[in-house]
Amino acid sequence: MITYADACRVINESRSEAVAVTTMTQTKYWNQVSGEPDLDVGIANAMSKASSVALGIALGDSERPVICLDSDGSLLMNFGTLATIAGMAPKNLYHFVFNNGIYSITGGQPVPAPDVEYAKAAEACGYAVAHRFSDIETLDNAMPGILSSDGPVLIEIIVKGEPQTDGVDQTWESNARLPQQLRALRKRLTGTDDWGSGGPYI
Amino acid sequence: MINGVLHPKNVVAQLVQQGVSHYVTLPDSETAHMYEALMAEPSITIVPVAREGEAIPVAAGLFVAGQNPVISIQNAGLYEAGDALRGLALGIGLPLVMFIGYRGHNRKGDTPDSAATFLEPYLHMWRVDYFVVESNDDLDRVPLAFERAAKTNQPVAVAIGTEYAKAKTLEEVGGSR
Repeated sequence: MITYADACRVINESRSEAVAVTTMTQTKYWNQVSGEPDLDVGIANAMSKASSVALGIALGDSERPVICLDSDGSLLMNFGTLATIAGMAPKNLYHFVFNNGIYSITGGQPVPAPDVEYAKAAEACGYAVAHRFSDIETLDNAMPGILSSDGPVLIEIIVKGEPQTDGVDQTWESNARLPQQLRALRKRLTGTDDWGSGGPYI
Repeated sequence: MINGVLHPKNVVAQLVQQGVSHYVTLPDSETAHMYEALMAEPSITIVPVAREGEAIPVAAGLFVAGQNPVISIQNAGLYEAGDALRGLALGIGLPLVMFIGYRGHNRKGDTPDSAATFLEPYLHMWRVDYFVVESNDDLDRVPLAFERAAKTNQPVAVAIGTEYAKAKTLEEVGGSR
């Protein structure tokens, strides 16, 4: 069993200048280790859509690796994304799925089918490669090779299933931060600061 | 009477004029012929999605990476995509033109299809500006939609109020290339 903190640490060690699109509990732990906040986006205001945003970024900037830190509950809510990603086949997309079998931030209720194997589902949809890890040493050793292989790759990580109600990045404050993060990322990727204000937060 | 049946190649020409890079879509009856027309346009990449709710998030990612996407989904799919519209278009101030197939629209104001009767109230509810395009004569509303989206940093809808003509009938309907 892997902890969120350990998984985020080893992913970050191989991250280089990849864009990181995170969601839910993963965002909390990723923010504790990331050294590139201008390349991070925490999708807090649209549950399940982190992988779809990551796909768009990967297609729009095909030279830069894009990692997505998704979760089982979120992926189940947007399961068609596996087929959409496989269909477009972006070589620079690395789709991590933190599988704990529960909805952490709402108190630990089980997801509808806790035994789904997301790596097998991704392979069946047509991802280039899929992996499943349940111990941190194996994940740590595999990470450099994963991020140097052609995507789309799905990396399922079996994590400890504990409720994570404290400090989870899903608040009004984080909703307001999302437009700022996206503008900072666009500026970093395009070199232009041309996205003005719009919407309720900015 | 509507003059000049709407032809997909004319809409594609508008997209090219606007510098559109990606067409994120789940095809529907109203816009199905757009797909075929876009296959012949090398400057625009088609991104098929499995569910309409994915379209806005994918477009948001493309825009963040410096691209100029549009989406095309049916009105029924727009309802399915409501949370994405809320969080990742309206919520972030995304300048996105959304082509919406206006299924059930018949210009008589009386349709048995609730997909049609709810569309304009739904757009009003979200405070999304929109333009209805029913014929080639309405095509000047397409650049207005792009202009409005860019000016307001908000999504703007183009409701396709009739089925496109099939490509093979272009000359028959008097469309222009």
